[in-house]
Amino acid sequence: MNFDFSDAQKALKKQTRDFLKGACPIEVPRRILEGAEPYDQALWKGLVDIQAPATAIPEEYGGIGFGYLELCVIAEELGRALAPVPFSSSVYLATEAILRAGSEDQKKERLSALAEGRAIGTFALAEGPGVATASSLETTFDGARLTGSKNPVPDGDVADFAVVVAREGDGTSLALVDLAGAGVTRKTVDTLDPSRSHAKLTFDGAPAQRLGKAGEGWAIKDAIFDRAAVLFAMEQLGGADVCLQMSVDYAKGRFAFGRPIGSFQAIKHKLADMYIKNELARANCYYGAWALSTDSPELPTASAAARVAAIDAYHYASKENIQTHGGIGFTWESDCHLFYRRAKLLALALGSARVWKDRLIDALEAQAQSA
Amino acid sequence: MDFNDTPEQAGFRAEVGAWLKANATPRTGRRSLNRRIDSEKGLRLAKEWQAKKADAGYARMHFPAEYGGQGKPVLYSIIYEQEEARYDVPAGFFSIGLGMCAPVLMEYATEEQKRRFVPPMVRGEEVWCQLFSEPGAGSDLAGLRMRAVRDGDDWVVNGQKVWTSGAHYSDYGILVTRHDPTLPKHKGLTFFFLDMRSPGVEIRPIKQISGASDFNEVYFTNVRIPDSQRLGEVGSGWQVSITTLMNERLAVGGAPPPDARDLLALARRVRLEHGPAIEDRSVREAIADWHVQSEGLRHIRSRSLTALSKGQAPGPEASITKVVSATKLQDIGSFGSELMDIGGSLINPDDTLSDALFQSGFLYAPGLRIAGGTDEILRNIIAERVLGLPGDIRVDRDRAYNEIPTGA
Repeated sequence: MNFDFSDAQKALKKQTRDFLKGACPIEVPRRILEGAEPYDQALWKGLVDIQAPATAIPEEYGGIGFGYLELCVIAEELGRALAPVPFSSSVYLATEAILRAGSEDQKKERLSALAEGRAIGTFALAEGPGVATASSLETTFDGARLTGSKNPVPDGDVADFAVVVAREGDGTSLALVDLAGAGVTRKTVDTLDPSRSHAKLTFDGAPAQRLGKAGEGWAIKDAIFDRAAVLFAMEQLGGADVCLQMSVDYAKGRFAFGRPIGSFQAIKHKLADMYIKNELARANCYYGAWALSTDSPELPTASAAARVAAIDAYHYASKENIQTHGGIGFTWESDCHLFYRRAKLLALALGSARVWKDRLIDALEAQAQSA
Repeated sequence: MDFNDTPEQAGFRAEVGAWLKANATPRTGRRSLNRRIDSEKGLRLAKEWQAKKADAGYARMHFPAEYGGQGKPVLYSIIYEQEEARYDVPAGFFSIGLGMCAPVLMEYATEEQKRRFVPPMVRGEEVWCQLFSEPGAGSDLAGLRMRAVRDGDDWVVNGQKVWTSGAHYSDYGILVTRHDPTLPKHKGLTFFFLDMRSPGVEIRPIKQISGASDFNEVYFTNVRIPDSQRLGEVGSGWQVSITTLMNERLAVGGAPPPDARDLLALARRVRLEHGPAIEDRSVREAIADWHVQSEGLRHIRSRSLTALSKGQAPGPEASITKVVSATKLQDIGSFGSELMDIGGSLINPDDTLSDALFQSGFLYAPGLRIAGGTDEILRNIIAERVLGLPGDIRVDRDRAYNEIPTGA
């Protein structure tokens, strides 16, 4: 039994945290939130310099061939720092899509550019409000051209290419489309969390390549999301931990009725509940990390459990962090809302908790049948 | 990161597995033997089993050899317990003695007393209980009033204890008393152990919501305890109690079934308006939430085991186990009964789809949320000891005990 990160992985975590302390203090996501820049280019360049996007890409495709436990460690730190960069879109989604479903040519063409940060990729599923399903998709792909629109697409305004889930004939396929090419229009859209950039992509017969086999797009999407859900959950865990620490620090220092508010049980029990949810999330996230790193048959249940726990923990921690801060907590100048916004954005990206709870039961049932 | 035993651990696990296979019956249902039979017969079977285990060298392996153990790392005891959990063996009678009384004896008793009392406890020959709570002192344990007065070489003890698990079948007990009510409440306490058959000890069972009587009231009338059975200094009863309570939190960990997987199994079988409950979206989402909690606790146990196997102390996250599992048990018991709708009130095992697992969990859970530290006290402990929040302001801390308002 060794359910812990290795010393080398812990050292990587510390290095990443130290790097982000310098390169991404809270002023950085706040500047992106308040300004017009889509992401922090200096931070992105810094992450590329420490080879973060290359972490899990095999050496033969230009990566550094570490495992997914290393990528999970980095994800947790990016979540803590609210890093305003297209890392999740490019690394957890686009890179995974190409690694899982790409042809040899596609891997050679795209992966080293992704590893070196020369290209940014993203993944496009949603078509406006409502749950996207294989039968609800209106974007179509005919094997060569893509037509329709996707909204919101994370980092869609800055990405070089997108992996698009589209209807092809009676089935669903994934299409790889260069966003600078003909037939593509992109328009930045406002979201709950302006510290991360989103766009509406419109395709008017845009030239695109198929990624993976025709008709298997939905199953590939599910497999990619099983993997990405663990990495997103690690970011959520990092953010939830910061919310708890902010709340504890404030509750120790803020006096009311002649005593620190942290001495009142109403506050203590709230923060204890935050801790409980965070620890349940951490345990599920680490198990998800193990399942991801070993390609375990348990990945579908482990990743869904990690996502459900992490959504719950971050939501609770970010909203009760505001509550613990009282009036100052809901002002623009307080940092509380940066976490509250990010918690909701990450809870919706990849599909909401209700969708993942349903997936979890499906996966448990599939596991029971195969046992 | 891996979930495998080291070669040494795997070898030990295989050895234990072979011994259990030769000496016990594999478990079929989810209910353990001791829950199904009355306590007198249960106790006899449990004592036989504990002695057999001790003869084979598997009882309390992490205790020092001179006190009945094998002097092995605690991981050996854990591996043994993991393997034993697959078998239908009597359990539960010795956990308070071995989990709480033995550690306190090993820390505070004389060498002679340790050698006299710990080995028979390990062999199941003598059963121990813990006499702490009183009618006026539960969460506020240090507010207890049971009076001990020095008389020559003895102490004379009067008062009442309550919630004493297993007092009716115990041979010995550990006891915290007040020797000086004029001192502040934490400073006037003194700790002893005693023979439960001492003259003046009267035990009355308490019937719980579930109908079972696991606990007792214990009345003390002029009970004489020799000073040689005092554990710790006169006036240090609170520190000795804290040692015991720290061990209690390790001993009172998880909850009995039903768990999320039992609910999943029920949901496959029970029909709602439109088909099996497992197809109902709201049912699926509820089960998913509890599954995530159960898995979280399971993985936290794995993290604790990892720390133990590296010779480190488990992290503070293990402190959430009881507070999460007690409420989860209550909610799952309630929800499982609801899935059976009007028929969910039936409690005769043959009338239910599930051996009345959910109904009995529903009735048992309220006690679990209180025993071994209430939900509220456990949250205070997490907030103060793990998160470092300031203690509550105590209006009674520096006052003489006999001047503290009692509301009586």
